[in-house]
Amino acid sequence: MSAEFDTTETLDVKSASCPMPVVKTKSAIDELAEGEILEVLATDSGSMSDIDGWASGTEGVELVDQEEADDVYKHYVRKTE
Amino acid sequence: MSTDTPDASADDAPSRAELAARVDELEDALTEAADEDDSKKMSIIATKGTLDMAYPPLILASTAAAFGYDVTVFHTFWGLDILHEERSKDLKLSSVGNPNMPVPNAVAALPGMDRVTTKMMEKKIADNDTATIEELLETSLEMGVEFQACQMTIDLMDYDEDDFYDGVTTGVGAATALQDMANADIQLLV
Repeated sequence: MSAEFDTTETLDVKSASCPMPVVKTKSAIDELAEGEILEVLATDSGSMSDIDGWASGTEGVELVDQEEADDVYKHYVRKTE
Repeated sequence: MSTDTPDASADDAPSRAELAARVDELEDALTEAADEDDSKKMSIIATKGTLDMAYPPLILASTAAAFGYDVTVFHTFWGLDILHEERSKDLKLSSVGNPNMPVPNAVAALPGMDRVTTKMMEKKIADNDTATIEELLETSLEMGVEFQACQMTIDLMDYDEDDFYDGVTTGVGAATALQDMANADIQLLV
């Protein structure tokens, strides 16, 4: 299943490992405006749990969706405030 | 019909003035609580300076900063080397006394073995695209993590304040660290 979101930016952190996917996602989402969605592309399998945990524990962001295709983990994070 | 009010319970009840004073007191406490910075805080004490032990404080500090925590890392003893611009690029890994390393202690103790095990680890780090200590430190600084270098150990190790990365706080001691820990939601000694 392919997610269809109106993503504003794409962050490519393929090959980067913990903690960089989360840390770079945070920096990238800071640059967005409220309501905009960031697409994060990662190859770190831990990013599924980590970005989910980060989004639930962080104010102002919301995890819209996650999916895996061809060893790439895609995360969609919306800035909510 | 009696017009008496139940006096027994009225005696125990607080007076109007007492209640008013109590309300004032609670209002003051509420204002004070609301004024306090409500962001979460993490305080880490970093005491180790080997290549493997330099990672946990930096990974947790940068991740906590991504969660919006105010993070302070107080570096003392060998932990100072993580903040030392030159020495941080040359942190060593020893296999002596480390049963997880594939080298017996008797061999690990031979001259030059630390260099070999360190090279092995550095290669793994590079192959795995794991961030280097320098990258993690720079990233954490950019994210607003406060790195403190313990003044007593700076003097003890004969380091100079200019030896550390830009943005590192010097001139702090145990009392500063204790105060940070007391105000923190998470406290860790690494």
